[in-house]
Amino acid sequence: MELVLAITIGVLFSVASYLLLRRSVIKMIFGIAVLSQAVNLLILTASGLRSGSAAFVEEGSTALSPTAADPLPQALILTAIVISFGVLAFTLAMTQRVDETVGTDDLDEMKSTDV
Amino acid sequence: MDALTLCLIVPFASALACILCWRFPVAQRWLGVLGMVALLGAAGNLFAVVANDGIQAITMGNWAAPYGITLVADLIAAIMVLVAAIIGFTVAVYSVADIDANRERFGYYAFLHLMMLGVVGAFITGDIFNMFVWFEVMLLSSFVLMTLGGERAQMEGAIKYVVLNLVSSAFFLTACGILYGKTGTLNMADLAVKTKDLMEPELLTVTAMLFLVAFGVKAGIFPLFFWLPASYHTPPVAVSAIFAGLLTKVGVYAMIRVFTLIFVGDLLFTHGLLLILAGFTMVCGVLGAMSQFDFRRLLSFHIISQIGYMVLGLALFTPLALAGTVFYLFHHILVKTNLYLISGIANRYSGTFYLKKMGGLYSAAPWLALLFFIPAMSLGGIPPLSGFFAKFAVVKASLAGDTMFGSGAAILGAVALAVGLLTLFSMIKIWNEAFWKKPDVNHPVNTAAMTGPQRWLLFSPVVILATLTVVIGLMPEFFFNYAMEAAHQLLDPTAYIEAVLGGNP
Repeated sequence: MELVLAITIGVLFSVASYLLLRRSVIKMIFGIAVLSQAVNLLILTASGLRSGSAAFVEEGSTALSPTAADPLPQALILTAIVISFGVLAFTLAMTQRVDETVGTDDLDEMKSTDV
Repeated sequence: MDALTLCLIVPFASALACILCWRFPVAQRWLGVLGMVALLGAAGNLFAVVANDGIQAITMGNWAAPYGITLVADLIAAIMVLVAAIIGFTVAVYSVADIDANRERFGYYAFLHLMMLGVVGAFITGDIFNMFVWFEVMLLSSFVLMTLGGERAQMEGAIKYVVLNLVSSAFFLTACGILYGKTGTLNMADLAVKTKDLMEPELLTVTAMLFLVAFGVKAGIFPLFFWLPASYHTPPVAVSAIFAGLLTKVGVYAMIRVFTLIFVGDLLFTHGLLLILAGFTMVCGVLGAMSQFDFRRLLSFHIISQIGYMVLGLALFTPLALAGTVFYLFHHILVKTNLYLISGIANRYSGTFYLKKMGGLYSAAPWLALLFFIPAMSLGGIPPLSGFFAKFAVVKASLAGDTMFGSGAAILGAVALAVGLLTLFSMIKIWNEAFWKKPDVNHPVNTAAMTGPQRWLLFSPVVILATLTVVIGLMPEFFFNYAMEAAHQLLDPTAYIEAVLGGNP
């Protein structure tokens, strides 16, 4: 399972890198979206995949059972998903504004401030 | 209430209050400035507590560390929070005259306070993932501040700023994930303990490099700085001033944190790399600055070269060098913000940021010339101003010969001195072009550019910051003692770890 996920993560990272290097703004934004998914998957895999029980403390015991999944990576990913959702919403709104003011989707034409 | 939480609650409450007054821009303006005064009070209180009673730490939600999220302030964090609050206050005052009504109406002050919340949070968190979250709070608010107004130049700058910072955040998150996978903890004090007896130090160094890239983009070190001069000169002056003062320094601070606390297993490699990067950062930044003729773009390149000095101090890793870095941090934040604020006033007089079209400001506004002269000479490292002592400490540490790099460090010391000379050169270039030479016939100086109250609002922050620069320069020992103590806390993190983890690590 780790191998499959590792390959998936690698593919996602390379897709994201390819998209980020495109000249089109909207494709670059898609690159960021894919990148954040790749990172989320990486956190899940790096912190260990376990086919145990859910991360609940059983009734009557005070500690988590040793077979239980680690709840922390899931919490991290949940936080990261929420953040990347907000970021994606912002970047898409920004793309629309860029399209309105600059009138192009081509990054190579956005050089008027670089003199 | 606890001094640490107060520093987070105050900017959060101010931001909420500004949002609640959404329809009343005048009320937002007052809340914006008064909120910064309150933050200044909270930060001063935190600094006093930390300076008197040592490192402060509390854990959120009553979960004992390392499980709960820790807030912790040692001396460097307290100093940074205090300086950030000073900058926040001066920029808020300046904003009242500088930010137009439309930007105010769309929540400028609310986002200013949210950004301060992110900055302060990143300074006082004791948890690496929590630091990521504070970085995002800071970044998203800074994105809004940068794009607010939606002018063409702003959007072009913003797209580079936003995308490169988001890529760096992805690196940061990846590094957090891998570090958690290796160690099973995210608490920085706990990480410092657990990484010491980790089986595979090479994997740790790989993680360290991920953090280096993540924080390197945010700090603007070579070769990751290109977003900075492409974007910092596009928003209104008040916004670029607070960005220039604070945001890159949060990256430097994060770098100092992880490279003194967690990644100290393979010093020769990690800090050797930092040493080389510091050299290139200094040289590339200053060479970029010398070729620029836009006031703010020139200053943006100087941020990069000055970041090099701070990273140099971190790389040398001796008490004197780290004290130099800490001293450099607070000196640089004050001076750089001030120079940006002055560029805004110069723009009001001349109607342009382009140095070749400026001129005659010395005879038209001699006080502005004096106020420019102080931070400019301080940046160039002329005694008795603050920049001299900052540079002196870093260069002395590199020539001292007690670093792990031997004569390699001395080469960097020589580079730092040469870069200082070039910095002085480009400050003199601004002086010659904007202040000294005769005004351009097509761009005469407009002395009636500001109304009376506007003049007060624009000049008083500049005067405050210039006074601080002079005060630091005239009594450096007082400030340097704090920097030295902060450096000792960084080099020997036992007290930090004990403050966070308590008796049972």
